[in-house]
Amino acid sequence: MDAFTTLDGLVVPIDRANVDTDAIIPKQFLKSVKRSGFGPNLFDEWRYTDVGQPDQDCSGRPVNADFTLNQPRFSGAQILIARDNFGCGSSREHAVWALLDYGIRVVIAPSFADIFYNNCFKNGVLPFALSADEVDRIFKEIDANEGYRLQVDLAAQHVTLPSGETMTFEIDNFRKECLLQGLDEIALSLQHADAVREYEAKRKQEAPWLFAS
Amino acid sequence: MSNNTLYDKLWNSHQVRETDEGASVLYIDRHLVHEVTSPQAFEGLRIADRKPWRVDSVLATPDHNVPTTDRSKGIEETVARIQVETLDNNCEEFGLTEFKMDDPRQGIVHVVGPESGATLPGMTVVCGDSHTSTHGALGALAFGIGTSEVEHVLATQCLIQKKSKNMLVQVDGQLRDGVSAKDMALAIIGEIGTAGGTGYAIEFGGEAVRALSIEGRMTLCNMTIEAGARAGMVAVDEKTIEYVRGRTYAPKPDQWEQAKAAWADLHSDDGAEFDRTVIIDGATIEPQVTWGTSPEMVLPVGGSVPRPEDEADSVKRGNIERALAYMGLEGGQAITDIKLDKVFIGSCTNSRIEDLRDAAAVINGRQVAETVNQALVVPGSGLVKRQAEAEGLDKIFIEAGFEWREPGCSMCLAMNADRLGDGEHCASTSNRNFEGRQGQGGRTHLVSPAMAAVAAIAGHFVDVAQYIKAEKTEGKEA
Repeated sequence: MDAFTTLDGLVVPIDRANVDTDAIIPKQFLKSVKRSGFGPNLFDEWRYTDVGQPDQDCSGRPVNADFTLNQPRFSGAQILIARDNFGCGSSREHAVWALLDYGIRVVIAPSFADIFYNNCFKNGVLPFALSADEVDRIFKEIDANEGYRLQVDLAAQHVTLPSGETMTFEIDNFRKECLLQGLDEIALSLQHADAVREYEAKRKQEAPWLFAS
Repeated sequence: MSNNTLYDKLWNSHQVRETDEGASVLYIDRHLVHEVTSPQAFEGLRIADRKPWRVDSVLATPDHNVPTTDRSKGIEETVARIQVETLDNNCEEFGLTEFKMDDPRQGIVHVVGPESGATLPGMTVVCGDSHTSTHGALGALAFGIGTSEVEHVLATQCLIQKKSKNMLVQVDGQLRDGVSAKDMALAIIGEIGTAGGTGYAIEFGGEAVRALSIEGRMTLCNMTIEAGARAGMVAVDEKTIEYVRGRTYAPKPDQWEQAKAAWADLHSDDGAEFDRTVIIDGATIEPQVTWGTSPEMVLPVGGSVPRPEDEADSVKRGNIERALAYMGLEGGQAITDIKLDKVFIGSCTNSRIEDLRDAAAVINGRQVAETVNQALVVPGSGLVKRQAEAEGLDKIFIEAGFEWREPGCSMCLAMNADRLGDGEHCASTSNRNFEGRQGQGGRTHLVSPAMAAVAAIAGHFVDVAQYIKAEKTEGKEA
C-alpha cells in the first residue's frame, strides 16, 4: 500500500447524498479477479450514456457531459467531495480500487458508510468527514472558482482552503499511522500471533464445538 | 450485577487483546467466502507467501455469478465462469471446504451458513459481503468486510477493530396479519434512515421481534446494513436452540449440553445500557413498499409518493426530485397505482423456505398478470429448493406463471443473466433499490414475499393484509 502524507489536489464535486458502492462501480465489473483496471468504469452509469461491459475499451463510449467527472475543469482531480453517507451499500472494495485507479486519493463528505470508510484505509485512500456546513461551503467555492484545489495534511489532520483557512478533521490514530507509513496491516497483526494461539487454546476448553471441523 | 449488552458479551469473548493504539484484536470463528470478493484476497496470500491460519473456519460457496437456469453446461459468460473457477481452484489449493455450483448444498452464502449450522450462536462471523449481518439472527456477531480484510482474516484469523456503539431497536406489540419481518425491517429503516445505524451495532428486541421465527429474524438482521449498521443481532432463546439442533456443523451430542449452557447467556443483561434506543409499535406497521432509490424512501402500501414541493430542505428536495425522475413516478401518485413489469422473489433477505411458503400461500390458484413480463422465484439454496419441491411449492409457482429457478443471488444484484431492462418496474424481495442495482435503468420496489406474490397477480401493488382478509371472507361465503 502507498503511504499518504500530504496532497495538493484538484477537487471534483459529486453533489449527492447516499452515493452507494453500486453507483461507484456497477456489478458487471466485479467479475474481475484483479485489483486494478477499474478506473475507466468508476461511476460508469452516471459517466456514460450506454451500458458498460467488462473488458471494454471505454475511450470511444458516449459520455454524459453533465456529469462532473466528464467536465474538463475537473480533469485530473485527486480529491472527491460529496454529501452525506458516502459509500453506502455493498462491501465491495472494488469501489475503492476504482477511485484509486482513477486517481482519487482523498474523499471528503459529511459522513461515510462504515465498510467503505474502512476499505479506504487498506488502499492508501484517505476519507475524512467535515461538517455539513463546511462541505457545503467547499461545494459553493468549487462552483465559483475553476481550478479549485485543496491541500490535505494527514499528520496535521487539516485541510487548507485556497483562502489559506484550514479545517480540521478527526482520524483514529492506528489508521493514521498505517496510512502515513503505508504499513502492511497483516504483518502488524501477525505480531500478535502468540496471543492469538493462547486465545485459541483457552477457547478450545470453553467452547470446543467452535473447533470441530 | 452485570450490565453488558449482547454485543458487549460477543465482543468481550472474542477480544484477543487491545493494541497500543486502543483498537482490539478480534478473533473470528467463522469465515464465509464467495467468488466475487475473494480472488484478490487469495492472490494477496500467494504474493506474500502466506497460508490460511485455520482452514476449518472457512466455508465457501459461489452465489453471485451462478446461472439460475440449467447448469448442466456450466457458466456461459467467460468472465463469470473464470471467477467461479478461481474460487474452486483457490479452495482446492488452500484446502478449504466449498459447496460447489453442482453441490445440492450450494446457495446464497447467507442462507447456507445458518442452514448448515456453520454459523452458530456466540460466534464471530465475517464474509466479504455486507449482508453478513444476517447471521446475527442466531445471537452471533456477524458483519461484512472488504477484500483486504478477507485476506487479513484468512492470514491471521483476526481483525483489528474499534468497537461500535450499542443501539437497541425495540419493536413492541404484535405484527398484524400480512405484515412480515421484511416490513418490520423497512419500517425501521424508514424511521431511522439509511445512515441511522452508522457507527452502531444494533440489537433487535421487543415482543414483536421475539415472536419472529429464526428465519424472520434473519430477514430483519439482513437489512441492518441498509440502516447503516454493520452488525444486527437478536438474543438467543429456545427458538434459536431448536433451529440449530441437528444441523450438519452444529455441536455434536457430546458437546450439545455444554454449548446450550454457554448460549443461555447470549442476551443483554437487565441493567444493560444502550447508547441509543429506538422504540417502535409493531401493531402500527403496515406492509411496506419502497418508492425511491434508497431503502429509506419507503411508505406503507396505502401511501402516496412524496411531492418534492412539500419538502423544505433543499438537499432532501433534490434527492426526492432525482429519485422520482429515475423511478418514473409523479409526486402524489398512489403506491397501488405503480404498474409492474417484473417480480423477483429471492435474495439473501427473502429466499428461505418460510419466505417461499408465504408467497405461495397467497397465490391460491390465480395467475400472474398478463402485463407482468417475468416473475421469478429463486430459492436461497439447493436444500431450500429441495424442501420447497417436497412441499409442492414449485408447482404452485409454476402453475401460476412464475419461473422456478436454481439457487443464487440472481436478480438482487443482476451479476448473472437475471436483470431488469431500462425503465422496468420490479416488485422485489431483495434489499437494495439503488439506481441500476437490478439492471441499468431498472426500477426496484422492495417488498415482502407475500406482497411480491400478490403484486405479481394484480400487476400492481395491493395491500396483502386486505387481500388476505378478502380471501377469508370469500372462503366463508363459498
